[in-house]
Amino acid sequence: MTATAQKNIRNFSIVAHIDHGKSTLADRLIQLTGGLSEREMSEQVLDNMDIERERGITIKAQTVRLSYKALDGETYTLNLIDTPGHVDFAYEVSRSLAAVEGSLLVVDASQGVEAQTLANVYQAIDNNHDIVPVLNKIDLPAAEPEKVKAQIEDVIGLDASNAIGISAKTGLNIDQVLEAIVTRLPAPMGDRDAPLKALLVDSWYDTYLGVVVLVRIIDGVLKKNMRIKMMGSGAVYDVDRVGVFTPKLVVMDHLGPGEIGFLTGSIKEVADTRVGDTITEEKKPTAEALPGFKPAQPVVFCGLFPVDAADFEDLRAAMGKLRLNDASFSFEMETSAALGFGFRCGFLGLLHLEIIQERLEREFNLDLIATAPSVIYQMEMIDGSTIDMHNPADMPDVVKIKEIREPWIRATIMTPDDYLGSVLKLCQDRRGNQIELTYVGARAMVTYDLPLNEVVFDFYDRLKSISKGYASFDYNITDYREGDLVKMSILVNGEPVDALSMLVHRTRAEHRGRAMCEKLKELIPQHLFNIPIQAALGAKVIARETIKALRKDVTAKCYGGDVSRKRKLLDKQKEGKKKMRQFGKVEIPQEAFIAALKMDD
Amino acid sequence: MAGTAMLDTMPADDASAGGFGVYVHWPFCRAKCPYCDFNSHVRQSPPDQARFVAAFRREITHTRALTGPRTAGSVFFGGGTPSLMAPETVAAILDAIREAWPLAADAEITLEANPTSVEAERFRGYRAAGVNRVSLGVQALDDAQLKALGRMHSVDEALKAVALARSVFDRVSFDLIYARPGQNPQDWARELSRAIDQGCEHLSLYQLTIEAGTAFEKLYSAGKLIIPDDDHARALWDVTQEVTAACGLPAYEISNHARPGAEARHNLVYWRYGLYAGIGPGAHGRVGTSGERRATVTERNPEAWLAKVEADGHGILSEEVLSRPDQADEMLLMGLRLTEGVDLARHARLGGAPIAPARIAALADEGLVALEGQRLRVLPAGFPVLNAVIAALAA
Repeated sequence: MTATAQKNIRNFSIVAHIDHGKSTLADRLIQLTGGLSEREMSEQVLDNMDIERERGITIKAQTVRLSYKALDGETYTLNLIDTPGHVDFAYEVSRSLAAVEGSLLVVDASQGVEAQTLANVYQAIDNNHDIVPVLNKIDLPAAEPEKVKAQIEDVIGLDASNAIGISAKTGLNIDQVLEAIVTRLPAPMGDRDAPLKALLVDSWYDTYLGVVVLVRIIDGVLKKNMRIKMMGSGAVYDVDRVGVFTPKLVVMDHLGPGEIGFLTGSIKEVADTRVGDTITEEKKPTAEALPGFKPAQPVVFCGLFPVDAADFEDLRAAMGKLRLNDASFSFEMETSAALGFGFRCGFLGLLHLEIIQERLEREFNLDLIATAPSVIYQMEMIDGSTIDMHNPADMPDVVKIKEIREPWIRATIMTPDDYLGSVLKLCQDRRGNQIELTYVGARAMVTYDLPLNEVVFDFYDRLKSISKGYASFDYNITDYREGDLVKMSILVNGEPVDALSMLVHRTRAEHRGRAMCEKLKELIPQHLFNIPIQAALGAKVIARETIKALRKDVTAKCYGGDVSRKRKLLDKQKEGKKKMRQFGKVEIPQEAFIAALKMDD
Repeated sequence: MAGTAMLDTMPADDASAGGFGVYVHWPFCRAKCPYCDFNSHVRQSPPDQARFVAAFRREITHTRALTGPRTAGSVFFGGGTPSLMAPETVAAILDAIREAWPLAADAEITLEANPTSVEAERFRGYRAAGVNRVSLGVQALDDAQLKALGRMHSVDEALKAVALARSVFDRVSFDLIYARPGQNPQDWARELSRAIDQGCEHLSLYQLTIEAGTAFEKLYSAGKLIIPDDDHARALWDVTQEVTAACGLPAYEISNHARPGAEARHNLVYWRYGLYAGIGPGAHGRVGTSGERRATVTERNPEAWLAKVEADGHGILSEEVLSRPDQADEMLLMGLRLTEGVDLARHARLGGAPIAPARIAALADEGLVALEGQRLRVLPAGFPVLNAVIAALAA
């Protein structure tokens, strides 16, 4: 494979809401340009992980280099970066978008613009992209391309008159998309003779290659054996290999301006490479780094504990392996009286949390309990110091705290009109401030400022449930605001259960406390004595339930000396007991923790 | 020689603990009762009893080899409905048993019977065959309730059968089922008093349970059968204990009441974790020689059992050597049903992991169990929640 003249390069990404067909379109583009043989095409080539395919989402940015012979007779190199579509990975998305000049905006012609479409397309516009609107699924009976075009123009403010109607599933009009990429998107700029300046788009760990770094060359040339420098971290590495993905890995001699490819070298860990960093040549550095670099910051925290205490070391090893590939996920050891040894983990968002948890359970065969998600609270202390707290168990003595601040988000929610009332109520109940309410046809778009701690607690599940799955949601963190927050403890038979304590807004404490006590009453089995369950703020009990002592069970007749049946029952009870946690005299099943923490209200 | 092999064997001194009895299962019924999940089968044409006798004889011979020479203190004909057997069948089976295991002079020989007039006609025949105790499935003293329970007799018929049985047999017991749909404590107290007035020395009083695979289970899951809730069932339980104790028939086992000395000896073999031969379709046994305790289970289907015995000489499908911890668990499970409780020293000898003193203490604090020396007993407050007490001790 040889280098392409700069004027024959087109770099682009695909912007879409989840399920609108981004990955399927990418597959068609690869297929039509012959990037993979028929035999090698498996559905959704770019989503490598099982979990990505199952959930229909992209977690890691992926890149593919396509060779396309256009109608003008010239052969073009098209570089597609497939970006993560979810808000949790907003920063990764912004860096991927910064690495290309144009975007295909894919909108499902039967569903129209969604909250995620908006969030992502605005990012593309912020990155000065030229945008080609594409209406997917026009073969569906429910497709309303004209209506959706009008919506794109009204809501996003893009000219949609020359939008391309396609079906990624059947392959309809994919050729038109390829032609539009060549004719409607610009060739990259960049000075071949300038010092090397490249954007670090993403990186991952490969068992055979080690750390693989995905780069976009802005200026200069990246060559094998070059000594490079990461301008953000200051680290220096020797480059072993450079190349591209077609999507098969192809090694090249060098990568020039406008090209997107990979490098490998003496880099030990993914954590050493930061998305958004600028890569230059050590001995001939570029004068100025690329703008917009910031290290990934976890915003949502929770404890992850093995159901079986014996799995603790396995969990540690599994987390270490996952972190090799995902530096945005953090963990440190934590001890809980309720749950034993585990880890306090930080995530980019709720989806990120779920993905990590699911991968640990699936790829490493671990059974986990996750505690209630928490956010980072800023505590301003009387003595003038500030503390960042992300575990309610670390709550300092309240008399020493001057002020507690919590993160707020700005949320965009799009919902069919029918569910607007319920959506507004949900936002109000979660302490939201309405910023804006507009209509796009029969869909309402509401903007709310909400405290993040109300959102991490099942907000998305509730939203989906009250809107029968139709509402879409996106957010970004805006600022920290003072809040009247209190630590609520849960006591079972007088013993505090640390895993269930949480920081809540004072106005919400009683409601949450009552809901938690009621839920636990259902979840904790009857014992041979009464068990009080209390929610308390400090010493003040705000909610109480009692699990009455067991009054009667039935010891059935023992038919014809069949003791084995009874013994097997006892063996089962012994097994069950292993999944219980002892709190003083009370045994609480693991499921109770899991279910209590999933509580809806 | 001790060493590891000991782990799977029965302590030599346990072989005689609890005694030895023979259980015989007759698997046929005229109709299936809607609450019953025992191994019972309804057949259009009556079974060939002579053929079954031959099979029982062969299986007895086979089982004798598994138990070694022993004297049987009891024989129990259970079912199914053993009172559908001809007296000659019972006699022939008892002959075969005597050939295999000598019967103790005072051996208790019990037969379960339905209190219908037809079956009562055979009582004298059973007596002549050697049966000295009957256990009658009366179940209720209320005609509407009997019908609801799928029973084929009336109250009047049942009481006549009880009276006849008392005149024919040395010892008579009968069963009642309580915590029936809609039953209230006052009615139950009256029904129970009437039952005690019949003059029997032994009563089995079972709480109605909904068992998997029964007609009642289907109704229950469909919400068409409402049984008393726990509080209500507890009130009925409390009445049961008060009335029986006041009349001199206190509980000696969770569901069994007797005048002192009139306890069911065969069932005590189970509860004291003795050894027993299980003969017939779907019978369970605990047998052993040379220090091993084995659990035997036979084929449940009557015809398949018959065919297997005729081919192999026995109907045993599984014969499991019980590990010592399993034996200890079984002993505890059975023994705690008795008011006399269990000997923890024997539990330890069998190889049970010691029960944590804190567990016993926690239950003792609640007044549910008592420990005197090595004897652990469940107290009256503990019996209505026995399953939970056992789980708290041993699970």
